[in-house]
Amino acid sequence: MKMVDPEVMVQRKDDRQQSPAPETVKISARDVKIYYGETQAIKGIDLDIMENEVISFIGPSGCGKSTFLRALNRMNDTIEGCRLEGSVTLDGEDIYDPSLDVVLLRAKVGMVFQKPNPFPKSIYDNIAYGPRLHGLAKRKYDLDEVVETSLRKAGLWDEVKDRLDKPGTGLSGGQQQRLCIARAIAVSPEVILMDEPCSALDPIATAKIEELIDELTESYTIVIVTHSMQQAARVSHRTAYFHLGELIEVNDTETVFTKPENELTEAYITGRFG
Amino acid sequence: MDNMTLIVLLLILMGVAYQLGLTRSRAVASTTSGRMNSRPGYYGWLVALWCGLPALLVFVLWTLLEPSVIRSVVFSQLPPEMANLPSQQAGNLMRRLGDIASGYGVSGDPAPYEVAAAETLARLRGIGELAKIAVMASLALAGLFIARGRIRPQLRARTHVEKVINAGLLLCSGVAILTTVGIVFSMFGEAMRFFSFVHPLDFFFGTTWNPRFSSTGHGNYGDFGLLPLLWGTLMISIIALLVAVPVGLMTAIYMSEYAPSWLRSFAKPVIEVLAGIPTIVYGVFALMVVGPFFSSLGDMVGIQIRSTSALTAGFVMGVMIIPFVSSLSDDIISQVPQSLRDGSLGMGATKSETIRQVVLPAALPGIVGAFLLAASRAIGETMIVVLAAGNSPILHANPFEAVSTVTVTIVNQLTGDTDFASPQSLVAFALGLTLFVITLGLNVVALYIVRKYREQYD
Repeated sequence: MKMVDPEVMVQRKDDRQQSPAPETVKISARDVKIYYGETQAIKGIDLDIMENEVISFIGPSGCGKSTFLRALNRMNDTIEGCRLEGSVTLDGEDIYDPSLDVVLLRAKVGMVFQKPNPFPKSIYDNIAYGPRLHGLAKRKYDLDEVVETSLRKAGLWDEVKDRLDKPGTGLSGGQQQRLCIARAIAVSPEVILMDEPCSALDPIATAKIEELIDELTESYTIVIVTHSMQQAARVSHRTAYFHLGELIEVNDTETVFTKPENELTEAYITGRFG
Repeated sequence: MDNMTLIVLLLILMGVAYQLGLTRSRAVASTTSGRMNSRPGYYGWLVALWCGLPALLVFVLWTLLEPSVIRSVVFSQLPPEMANLPSQQAGNLMRRLGDIASGYGVSGDPAPYEVAAAETLARLRGIGELAKIAVMASLALAGLFIARGRIRPQLRARTHVEKVINAGLLLCSGVAILTTVGIVFSMFGEAMRFFSFVHPLDFFFGTTWNPRFSSTGHGNYGDFGLLPLLWGTLMISIIALLVAVPVGLMTAIYMSEYAPSWLRSFAKPVIEVLAGIPTIVYGVFALMVVGPFFSSLGDMVGIQIRSTSALTAGFVMGVMIIPFVSSLSDDIISQVPQSLRDGSLGMGATKSETIRQVVLPAALPGIVGAFLLAASRAIGETMIVVLAAGNSPILHANPFEAVSTVTVTIVNQLTGDTDFASPQSLVAFALGLTLFVITLGLNVVALYIVRKYREQYD
């Protein structure tokens, strides 16, 4: 693979000027180490994620980028034998504090997964699932509004408004993934984690999701793991390169793809391995 | 030479034929420039099949037809008054003639006509056996050499052999299906005979079950009302499901969602062992332990509970089918993809919310299927009920009283001295057929639900 097409970068840069320069730190990870049983998957990572930025994690398979992403809303808790050392804070609060309610954390830090995973419920109930859990909408009318707003934000409203009572599993792959994004934003999170959200989608559906990410960045902080370097280049403000459980380099996307500081990063983005 | 030896010899000959075919095909392959159509082994198999199958077919037909042919020849020799005996006596006579012919176990002095007939019988049997061996041997050898001679590079031996294998597989699967069909037909025939004594409406909608003993004569057959039995079956099954469904389902949820892996790997096989306990053991347990326990429990709270009652039988049967429910539901719950759980947990749902609102709805069709399979198992269960239900075919709605079920009644009607021409015995077939239709219906519905509503996860 060659260096990323400069034209893409130029276009990216134009977009950049519209959004506010990210300044406040949203999530801060300090010396994070993650173990699966005896195996160490993450070997001490320090990283700050700014408010309203899109940051992408890239790196070869097994480099720990998904593991680190899942550590940001404690989804690793569901994996037996997985434990974390170091600290992760959200708005200055330690999210691994034993007194913290993980339910509230996950309501603030939503997640979109690699494979679209709509629940075996109607489209409406898929979106309403989160708000109902957290008691966000008291009346049917409020709930309807949340569902519509979320679907509109996810760019899915026009496609599904006539069949909200049909099962979510009946949608196409790309629509399902946008449904999952809509589901995630229905609980008004502050951060959205996306774990290779387009890897199961065709190029057209991928383009729609990327467009959506661009729009969502106005209201949300987005962390996206991707295997596609073009995608990282197209959607993110900053890019972090992971290698064998270590964070090798993090910088403005443009810098990472045009003038990488580390030779490992350069080797990866020029396609010498990975 | 008996049949067994004959078959073994034929198999040995097939082995030889295989070798001959193999060698021949190699020889052909070495003389032709082109490729053989199939690997040498297939030619060997083809020759062996040509050698063995026709001879085997003749063997089977011969063995089936020979006795009746011999019998008609022998009977044509007998004095005319013997020729038209009823079938049972004719059978006895044949057996006697066979004994005379072999010289063993003859009681009394054989009459002259019997001796003559026995001689014919022995002669015919001797001829028959020789002829059978001759025909089989010539067919086997002819098949062998014809097939061996036909080995050419173009001969598609593999295709032919695979066709035969296909037919063999079809035959085997046919056996199971034909057996089922055969069972149904035989039951149907006997049930029809029963309905010639008792009107179907009286049977299906009668509320009294009181068959007289067959020895009391044929004047009055008694009452054959199905409803008390069906109600007993239903009541016990419902009690069993009330025990098994909640316990089994909760077990399944715990095992698949909460139990740490070491506990799961230990407890799951233990639970499944419950399914392997013979039902008679459950029956004894119900009779000796559970029944008296319920009875004394009833004394304590002031309710009269019989120790053999619908409650006792239903409870123990429920325990028996817990493993069915839990094991099937566990498998189904485990099949719900982790991505759905992650999706729900990632929204900030708790584990129990995830299970109730996402996992169980996704697994529901399969779980309902598991319930129905367990129900059909409960309906067909016999031993526990024989011992613990009290065998009292009276229509009432009190679970603390004794009841009787369809299965128990079948056992009662067919044990002891039975005359298969009386309605008292024939009713067992009508009951069996009814039971079969009910469980078949339940199974069909269960499979339909499982297939129709299963979410397709890949």
